[in-house]
Amino acid sequence: MTVPALSLDGVSCTFVARDGDASGYAALRDVSLSVEAGEFVSVVGPTGCGKSTLLNMAAGLLAPSTGRVRVFGEPLVGLNRRAGYMFQAESLMPWRTALGNVTAGLSFRGARDADARALATEWLQRVGLAAFADRYPHQLSGGMRKRVSLAQVLVLDPDIILMDEPFSALDIQTRQLMENEVLALWGAKKKAVLFITHDLDEAIAMSDRVVILSAGPGSRVVGDFRVDLERPRDVAEVRTAPRFVELHKAIWDVLRDEVLAGYQQQLAKA
Amino acid sequence: MWRHIKPSRRTLRAWQLVVLIAIFALWHVLTVPGLVPHFLFSDDNQAAFFFGEPLKIFGRIIHWFFIDRDIYVHLGVTLLETVLAFAIGTALGLGTGLWLALSPLAAAIFDPYIKAMNAMPRVILAPIFAVWFGLGVASKVALGVTLVFFIVFFNVYQGVKEVSTVILANARMLGASRRQLLRHVYLPSATSWVFSSLHTSVGLAFVGAVVGEYLGSSQGVGYLILQAEGSFDINTVMAGILVLTAFALGLDAMVGRVEKALMKWQPQAAESEQL
Repeated sequence: MTVPALSLDGVSCTFVARDGDASGYAALRDVSLSVEAGEFVSVVGPTGCGKSTLLNMAAGLLAPSTGRVRVFGEPLVGLNRRAGYMFQAESLMPWRTALGNVTAGLSFRGARDADARALATEWLQRVGLAAFADRYPHQLSGGMRKRVSLAQVLVLDPDIILMDEPFSALDIQTRQLMENEVLALWGAKKKAVLFITHDLDEAIAMSDRVVILSAGPGSRVVGDFRVDLERPRDVAEVRTAPRFVELHKAIWDVLRDEVLAGYQQQLAKA
Repeated sequence: MWRHIKPSRRTLRAWQLVVLIAIFALWHVLTVPGLVPHFLFSDDNQAAFFFGEPLKIFGRIIHWFFIDRDIYVHLGVTLLETVLAFAIGTALGLGTGLWLALSPLAAAIFDPYIKAMNAMPRVILAPIFAVWFGLGVASKVALGVTLVFFIVFFNVYQGVKEVSTVILANARMLGASRRQLLRHVYLPSATSWVFSSLHTSVGLAFVGAVVGEYLGSSQGVGYLILQAEGSFDINTVMAGILVLTAFALGLDAMVGRVEKALMKWQPQAAESEQL
């Protein structure tokens, strides 16, 4: 068996509790998850179940309280240098142009200016923004900014791509376009992808596997479904396939209980 | 007729000019001896003595600039002091702000002292600076620096503290080292705050220069005003004030230009304004 690109072995993450509880607030408890090289894995779960925490640990931005993270078999120390991270919130540097933002990672890593520009221009073309290279982020629409972010991450050719609800702020049409673009780019390069979303349709349409986290605190993995839909897929069309509907029903049966549990907890706190 | 000259965006400049002319006209009418009967003072000449006469003031300014040509050296000195105070104060404020914002422990230690120094009325340091640095340019620069430093410092400190954590995390994931973070994330973010305080700090550098000159010097526009005041020459005092005001406006416009050129990445309200 090959070594997984990314594996989390029994990781937990405990934060200092706001209400002064000495034992702290456990966002994740004993979560194990692995992503093979070239595999597209989505994680879904109710709001506040620690999905972003999971991704931050995979990125090395956050150290797990217990358990360990391995990257291609090596224990992760510090930042995950083989991963690219696409954030949920606005993450572009507002003082750099679209092109400047895409070249940033290359020049941080010591590439020559001319090389960085050439490669970045190529990627801006690939995400359809060649004409907007000299625009600043505030001059771009939300969807364009997301595409710049995508180019910014992919230009570095990372072996692992981490995505945290990257399209949640976009309208449905732009979103489907972006999802198809991501699938096309991923299909060409076959990187390991860990994709966080709260949208089950999106998760099934895009992934090879869908992992379900339980409601927090102390979220665990409560389901792991293989999505055996044919590729290449069109995210809009695949939703009507009979197999898609079957999978959706099976996964939703598990997810629904967690969503309800999460909702009850929020009500209890309020 | 009224339709064409009533105040609107188009006639803004004209109306601003009208206000200026009206002020000077009123000033002229009320101060020239004998033009209108005195009503506030006991004598026709007192209004002119206390408030000066616009025509004589303009005469003075014309003499300074075109006939005697003796103001340039004074203006040059004041400008030099302003620019030096501004440059040194900004550099120190930027450096200290970055340092303290990035090392919270040092910030915690120095916090009360910085607050104390900021709360102190620093103009009172002018005589001390005169003793330390003499009556030349250096003492005025020192005063200006103490004024500019805190404005820039607090803005940079705030600016670095408020760098978006997502942008920081993103830059780190893209491979930025600590140095690169400083250069490519903290510094640009802080500069935007420096620029937002630039108008205030240039103004204060100017205040430092003029107040320093006024308190003891042998050159500069502040010195000219002090000299004239000593001989009750109100027209020259007013002329000096007008020259300083025009100069400050010019500096402010220059800052505006620099700001516009360097901050083009920031969204501007006008950009999405409706036609």
